[in-house]
Amino acid sequence: MVSAASALLLARFQFAFTVGVHIVFPAFSIGLAAYLAVLEGLWLRTDKQVYLDLYRYWIKIFSVVFGMGVVSGLVMSYEFGTNWSVFSQKAGPITGVLLSYEVMTAFFLEAGFLGVMLFGMNKVGRGLHFAATCCVSVGTLISMTWILASNSWMQTPAGYSIDPATGRFMPEDWLAIIFNPSFPYRLVHMGMAAFLSVAFIIGGTAAWHMMRDRRKGLPISQPVKVMFSMAMWMATIVAPLQILAGDAHGLNTLKHQPVKIAALEGDWETESRAPEILFGIPNMKTEHTDYAIKLPFAGSLILTHSLDGKVPGMKDFPADQRPPSPIIFFTFRIMIALGMLMAATGFLSLYMRWRGRLFTSPLLHRMALVMAPSGFLALLCGWVTTEVGRQPWTVYGLLRTADSVSPIMLPSMAISMTAFVVVYVIVFGTGIGILLRMLSRQPEEGEHDLSEQGTASVLGTRSHPETVLSSPDHGA
Amino acid sequence: MSGAAYWLPVIWTVILAAAILIYVILDGFDLGIGMLFAVERDQGRRDVMVNTVAPVWDGNETWMILGGATLYGVFPGAYATLLPALYLPILLMVLALIFRGVAFEFRIMTRDSGRSGLWDIAFMGGSATAAFCQGAILGGVIQGVSVTKGAFNGGPLDWLTPFSILCGLSVMCGYALLGACWLVWRTTGVLEASCRHWARRLAIGLFVGIVAVSLWTPMLHEPYLVRWTDWPNILFVAPVPVLVILLAFLFVRGLQREHPVAPFLCALGWFFLCFTGLGISIFPYMVPPSLTLWDVSSPPSSQAFQLVGTAILLPIILTYTVYSYRVFRGKVTEADAYH
Repeated sequence: MVSAASALLLARFQFAFTVGVHIVFPAFSIGLAAYLAVLEGLWLRTDKQVYLDLYRYWIKIFSVVFGMGVVSGLVMSYEFGTNWSVFSQKAGPITGVLLSYEVMTAFFLEAGFLGVMLFGMNKVGRGLHFAATCCVSVGTLISMTWILASNSWMQTPAGYSIDPATGRFMPEDWLAIIFNPSFPYRLVHMGMAAFLSVAFIIGGTAAWHMMRDRRKGLPISQPVKVMFSMAMWMATIVAPLQILAGDAHGLNTLKHQPVKIAALEGDWETESRAPEILFGIPNMKTEHTDYAIKLPFAGSLILTHSLDGKVPGMKDFPADQRPPSPIIFFTFRIMIALGMLMAATGFLSLYMRWRGRLFTSPLLHRMALVMAPSGFLALLCGWVTTEVGRQPWTVYGLLRTADSVSPIMLPSMAISMTAFVVVYVIVFGTGIGILLRMLSRQPEEGEHDLSEQGTASVLGTRSHPETVLSSPDHGA
Repeated sequence: MSGAAYWLPVIWTVILAAAILIYVILDGFDLGIGMLFAVERDQGRRDVMVNTVAPVWDGNETWMILGGATLYGVFPGAYATLLPALYLPILLMVLALIFRGVAFEFRIMTRDSGRSGLWDIAFMGGSATAAFCQGAILGGVIQGVSVTKGAFNGGPLDWLTPFSILCGLSVMCGYALLGACWLVWRTTGVLEASCRHWARRLAIGLFVGIVAVSLWTPMLHEPYLVRWTDWPNILFVAPVPVLVILLAFLFVRGLQREHPVAPFLCALGWFFLCFTGLGISIFPYMVPPSLTLWDVSSPPSSQAFQLVGTAILLPIILTYTVYSYRVFRGKVTEADAYH
């Protein structure tokens, strides 16, 4: 029994680790592909060199990010079967089909046009190339839609029946399965999270270059200015919208998964006029949140939008159905704090823009630099909150996590866990190192295309002109 | 068994087999190119080898994800028994594919830090390991998996047998052959000539592998033997070995006359025939020797819904895959640096 419990724990930790690494790259791809489509569209429309420069700068980042997303995603498509075979067997008729639709409608579209997008500028002409960029961008959005439909179905299952003989989930109504109650909220919230994460990476990169140029007494280049301005518009507009979307998602969760809300709020008793616990340490054993600092009425106000609204407590639910409050209480608060700071950055940039100091304010640039990873951190914290908050279930209220795991021996699970950690540290550590070095190089005026540069030029040095000239006629 | 419950799994078996075959062929030459790094040390020529597939490898690997997802959605019973049974080779394969996949970018981008040689090794080692594991997985499926009440109940090393190792080595040899033939078609000069040389040797290796696996497979389980030797079955299955030998003649002639694509097409033909042969052996089992394709199927409501999408989407996918290959057609030389 000890070994089975350890195997379950390892399986859970392995899934959390591999998907936690993976989730960053698709989110990066979603935001960056859309940004690239906008840049190329602006270039085609205005014919301004600066948009092409930025396109060529960010597409190099995109090629690395996308590759890491593909390989870390491949792991996921087999991990359900290797580690969660009982879940796969029972829920596969629904979640497996949704995943297949994701592969067919999104992965192929992205991969099929990625080659043209990365290397085809000189081969297919501007219009077709723009179409390829748009296909890749649309592909990332379609991909997000399917995987969130599947994820949301696990949170708020609908449109199914359960086969009494085998315990399998049988699809009855595919529209109800896809458009399950939490899906629209999750889709909007995750989509905006991806866009914000990338906007803050772009804004932070630009801020770093502006701070460095200012220290060296150099003028700030046009591409850096344009990308900073675009990123800050995104922060100004989307960060407040994201707070509204998060609020709506929270209300939806309160309706469908009240114990998750109780756990992430650290509330034990059901109360009207509930306070909001700003800080505390929830204790699952004593059923109490220690050292709580409370803000009167705020809990009811936030969760029900009225001062005397009823807010659930964990004691209303059996102990074996409560998610681990000490984890999600904190991840939820970190996410909220980062969200507020992102909105604050947006407002600060708006003020500086109005005062004409968008490209000169050291305060704004320092803030934008510090906030560069905030989008991804918030995204990860939000993901932990919703997924750990789903515990102890894989399919909410219907299939327990403990009953979902494969009959895998502890040694196999331990070997694979070790292997994943070692490989991921090497591979994704190197990848992030490469990305940081690429970002530390400024976008140049007259930036080179991926298809026309020599091998070393990605990191700075220019290629030889003959390489540039020899490529366009190839294969025509 | 009623109509839909009988036919849907059969249709899906054909689609799944097609998806796996497309994967094997497309990523086969990618992985083969990785393994051929072992016999090509020149950095410029290695770059050319990688550049012949750099624009398309993502798409090629997507077929493997489709295979996994299809198994998951359409044959969850097989997904939930084969994957735990083949846990270690699958783990090793995905880790190898991670190294292989990121090495496309990393081997170029670490060049100024002096560590790019390590990523060349990762590209080569990842390709070789992934190829071996895919063969071993295939062998593990054919030789059968121990199942009780629809769940795997064997040990973590059940898959590791002389037969699965033979399959692993044969697939390595076959992929390297595909890679060599692909490079004969897509490159010029020294590289083209050296690949022609290696293609001949690898073909001999693959041929030996095919003969050994073909003779061994029927000995594994009684039904396999019956399938290949009983009258009138033999009438339907006899063309498979005959065509293998016919292709061998065409292959040798293609190499001798320095035909650009004939060797590649013959190598593809071999893969198609071997795959068909293995399919003939194990049909109708999806998890030999106990679970048939009907035993492991998801309900008709799942299979039908997915079939509608597949019928519409698969032709579209194939169309733009062909388009993207056409954009990058023609010989690749050291002058075109995609990276």
